[in-house]
Amino acid sequence: MEFTRRNILALGSGAFAAASFAGMPAFASKTDDAIAAFTGGASVTEGGIDLTAPEIAENGNTVPVSVSAPGAVSIMLLATGNPTPAVATFNYGPMAGTRSGATRIRLAKTQDVVAVAKMADGSFRTAGATVKVTIGGCGG
Amino acid sequence: MKFKTLLTSAAIVALSAGFASAQDDSILAVDGDVIKTRAAAPAFAENLDTVYSGWHFRIGETQSLQMDDFENPAFVFVDQGIDLFDKVEGSEGKACASCHEDVADFAGLRPTLPRVENGELVTMENLVNECRTERMGAEPWKYTGGQMTAVTALIGLQSRGMSINVAVDGDAAPFFEEGKDLYYQRVGQLDMSCSNCHEDNYGVMIRADHLSQGQINGFPTYRLKNAKLNSAHARFKGCMSNIRATPFKVGGDEFKALELYLAARGNGLSVETPSVRN
Amino acid sequence: MAKGVKPRVKVPKSAAAGDVITIKTLISHKMESGVRKDGDGNIIPRSIINRFVADFNGQNIIDVTLEPAISTNPYFQFEAMVPEAGEFKFTWYDDDGSVYETSKKIKIA
Repeated sequence: MEFTRRNILALGSGAFAAASFAGMPAFASKTDDAIAAFTGGASVTEGGIDLTAPEIAENGNTVPVSVSAPGAVSIMLLATGNPTPAVATFNYGPMAGTRSGATRIRLAKTQDVVAVAKMADGSFRTAGATVKVTIGGCGG
Repeated sequence: MKFKTLLTSAAIVALSAGFASAQDDSILAVDGDVIKTRAAAPAFAENLDTVYSGWHFRIGETQSLQMDDFENPAFVFVDQGIDLFDKVEGSEGKACASCHEDVADFAGLRPTLPRVENGELVTMENLVNECRTERMGAEPWKYTGGQMTAVTALIGLQSRGMSINVAVDGDAAPFFEEGKDLYYQRVGQLDMSCSNCHEDNYGVMIRADHLSQGQINGFPTYRLKNAKLNSAHARFKGCMSNIRATPFKVGGDEFKALELYLAARGNGLSVETPSVRN
Repeated sequence: MAKGVKPRVKVPKSAAAGDVITIKTLISHKMESGVRKDGDGNIIPRSIINRFVADFNGQNIIDVTLEPAISTNPYFQFEAMVPEAGEFKFTWYDDDGSVYETSKKIKIA
């Protein structure tokens, strides 16, 4: 798929204003909806989960992210500033060596990436990371 | 007017000093093999002391994609190149592999291209298409198309780690001179030459990006921007469009001469094909 | 079946019983997001890999749901337990109904 810079910008323009990760606004954002659908409305606490993403991405097309949450049964990744926040959900089976995973994702613009883990005991953990998405000088 | 030009030059010098560390000290090794990404500049490149691969101007995440052939997305296309290499096409019932049984035999070719054969400047794309039309009886591939870049990446890969060593004298001299003229020729609405960015200002930010020296030792290169392999001529075309110039024809005489000159500016760097850039 | 889809996986050839190993997978796929428009302003229909599953000897390691925000040529890295010799099976599910599979054997050294 050929994402040109203009297309990427067009992707971003349709998105909700990126909800700040720390202090979610009162209105329900698409991200809140996605988290609620995952947790069934249960409370989510920070910690117990590591999310690694670059501070700066040279191109929003291919941003490496990795996540690890010991004891998780599944981990959901969200890109809060994309038109649709859902990115991927890792569900772990009995042969999983660790409750971790890495992939490459598309980010429409500078935004927070959020991971939410469902733990074996039914609790939910979350972590976030801000990724600055730059626009190449010579998009060519 | 002259005063203004001087001021601009001074500003550029100041900027260059400020961003001198843009080309970092990292070492590119792929599966333990070190790839030479910096070298003493060839004597004819009188305005450069050291030549740096474009790899040095990228951020760590982009750099690391090139340090493992599994992580390197270009290998998706190298795999396609392997299939294409074995694919029988054309009236003669041949594949590339019919004559070239082991693609590894191409080790040593990429560092010498483009080169002059019978008075004509020849690129790897020319060699591939000559085989297709003259020996396979097949249609030539589009010069910058996906099939072509897949196969030129596969062939180039066989020489990865070998030093670029393009001939610039003898038969090649007139093409080299033509390429050099093009490199320093200001063109387009922005009235810029290759050298304005890639010689005078490498390492400096252009918006959120570091300008490179415009080395082509890693081509075809996988770009995150379009998630595919890009040939050198396609990149030249992009540069020319950016400075609001009418690009020369890909595969045409001008770009071939420019390719020779640019390749020679990287003499001493390793072949990096297929590289990863933003 | 989408054109030119080709899976690649990287699995160690052998491991000690009980080891945790790292697996990397990649499949060539455009991952057309369904939000882009073509030159005439028409939406290009979504066409993605929507699920990826890795199993070892018939038991699940990881089952991933993919959305259009996964990059072109989806890449995954994860870890698996190797209690015994056997076979890893990797399966990718395409929006168009295609299923792409590949497998790798591992020995106990």
